[in-house]
Amino acid sequence: MKFEKRDDGVYVLDVKGYVCPHPQIYTKKALSKVQPGDVVEVIFDNPSSGESIAAMCETTGDEILTKKHDGGQFVWDIEKA
Amino acid sequence: MSTTAIDIATTEASNSALEKDLRKKRYWAYGVTVFFALISIGTFLYSEYYIYLSVYLWFGFIYGMCLQYGRFCFSSAFRDLFAVGVPRMAVGIMIATVLFAAVSAFITSTGLSTFHAAPTSIHAFIAGLIFGVGMVFAGGCASGSLYKTGEGNMSALLVILSISVTQALFADMAGWTNALVPDAWHESAVAKGLPDTINAGDGWVDQYLAGYVWNQPVLTFATLFGMSDESIAGAFLGNMLVGVLFPAALLLVIVYFGWSRRAFLRRRVKEKGHSTFRDELAGYWAMITANRRTAIAGLLLGIFCGLQMLVTQGLRVKFGIQNAGTLLERLGFDYGISINNTVFDPGYWYVTTQEAQWVGWVFNKFGADNMDNIYFGFVNGIPNPAVNPADWMSLALIGGAAVMALLHNEFKFKKPTLELAVWAMIGGALMGIGSRLGLGCNVGAFFVRVAQGDTSGWLFGLGMIGGAYIGVKFFNWWTERRMAKEFASCDL
Repeated sequence: MKFEKRDDGVYVLDVKGYVCPHPQIYTKKALSKVQPGDVVEVIFDNPSSGESIAAMCETTGDEILTKKHDGGQFVWDIEKA
Repeated sequence: MSTTAIDIATTEASNSALEKDLRKKRYWAYGVTVFFALISIGTFLYSEYYIYLSVYLWFGFIYGMCLQYGRFCFSSAFRDLFAVGVPRMAVGIMIATVLFAAVSAFITSTGLSTFHAAPTSIHAFIAGLIFGVGMVFAGGCASGSLYKTGEGNMSALLVILSISVTQALFADMAGWTNALVPDAWHESAVAKGLPDTINAGDGWVDQYLAGYVWNQPVLTFATLFGMSDESIAGAFLGNMLVGVLFPAALLLVIVYFGWSRRAFLRRRVKEKGHSTFRDELAGYWAMITANRRTAIAGLLLGIFCGLQMLVTQGLRVKFGIQNAGTLLERLGFDYGISINNTVFDPGYWYVTTQEAQWVGWVFNKFGADNMDNIYFGFVNGIPNPAVNPADWMSLALIGGAAVMALLHNEFKFKKPTLELAVWAMIGGALMGIGSRLGLGCNVGAFFVRVAQGDTSGWLFGLGMIGGAYIGVKFFNWWTERRMAKEFASCDL
């Protein structure tokens, strides 16, 4: 797992290789730490975690700005509400 | 060449590579499907009895497709509620259970059900608790690990291996473990008068089964209300309505108020400035239909699980058998058949026993004397996995999930990291022990039993919820610890 700051208000959370529940728990913790308006780019390759992360954002109000999917890898940009 | 022209050329090349990759995956998907079709056709041409095994195979294939399509994992049902506040899978599972219950009630009332209820007591809760912790550690339940293996996830394969080996070892454990058996269990097990070759007074699991579990009452909601399971009132009112529909609706109300209501009403108030009782109902319905994929998978699983019972029982009548052991003997396979001439042949979706069987078969081939216990020797046998009907189901489930993942470009071969491998082994071992104590996993001991109105199913389920809560608490602590350093380096 890697979490780093890419730019002002932009962070990257790389949880490739992890299975449930790790990607969704790490995503939740990352979003809880950053400021409203900040963007976290989440990189994961466990499809079922995507369902959970999307539902979690629906509940919290965090917005998924972009979703990229290529060769079993997902890259989602999530803006904290 | 201008920069724009280079960009366009690069994009076209990348699109072409992507299309090529997708086409390759599609061919693999067709290949897997054709492989299973050839097995079915080839074996049927050899003997019509193989159609019995092919029924297991194709239902397994369908389950795999449904599970992958809906990302249907029992582990995430309560784990995601506690971990990230997401109710989608809890909802999906309740939908599947209610549908399965409706189809089952019909089948039971026609007298064609293959289901036998299990003893009900605190053991089901404890087994569920151990299983629940295990499934959170492992990252998937017993059925979820099968479908995730089909997605190319090798951590899930490790989980399956761990469940399989643990069960095979646990079921045959004797020696020092006999000292842990209460005298009452030992005396009761010996008094059952099982054949000498089984030696029910030796081995922890044997004495647990014959000395404790078999003494517990077998209850369904229908029998609790004085109705027979096969009567229309018993099947529909007792087992379906009271045993499944009411508790499922109640559970969903709890989930709605606990995890879904606040966010939904917040949005409604933002839109309209207020909320009414109508909005509450709309919120409840929105929760149920929030995830289309999960709901559709639940719906299909419920229907096909019921159909499998009907088709299997039909074939039993056609071939004049009660159990696949007779068919295997007719086909010339008498190795690994139990002392009662039976093999594991539930006639419905099941996961863990066939996993224990194939490892039991391997151990036996390497010289282990593991047919002297109740689990293998008296009930389930350890037939060659190549002709074990339930193993056909599990392998086809992995295949069905692989096909679905390949078609949706979600197949990715993933090697486990050391950390995930450790969690997989620990979680799998806990699920293996929980399965043998509870006489089944999230499918056999919970999903199937609950849908048939078996009271022990809900006890196992409550245990799983408790176990999931404990597992999530642990992982919260674990991830918090791992992220602290990363946050510090980002000044967060």
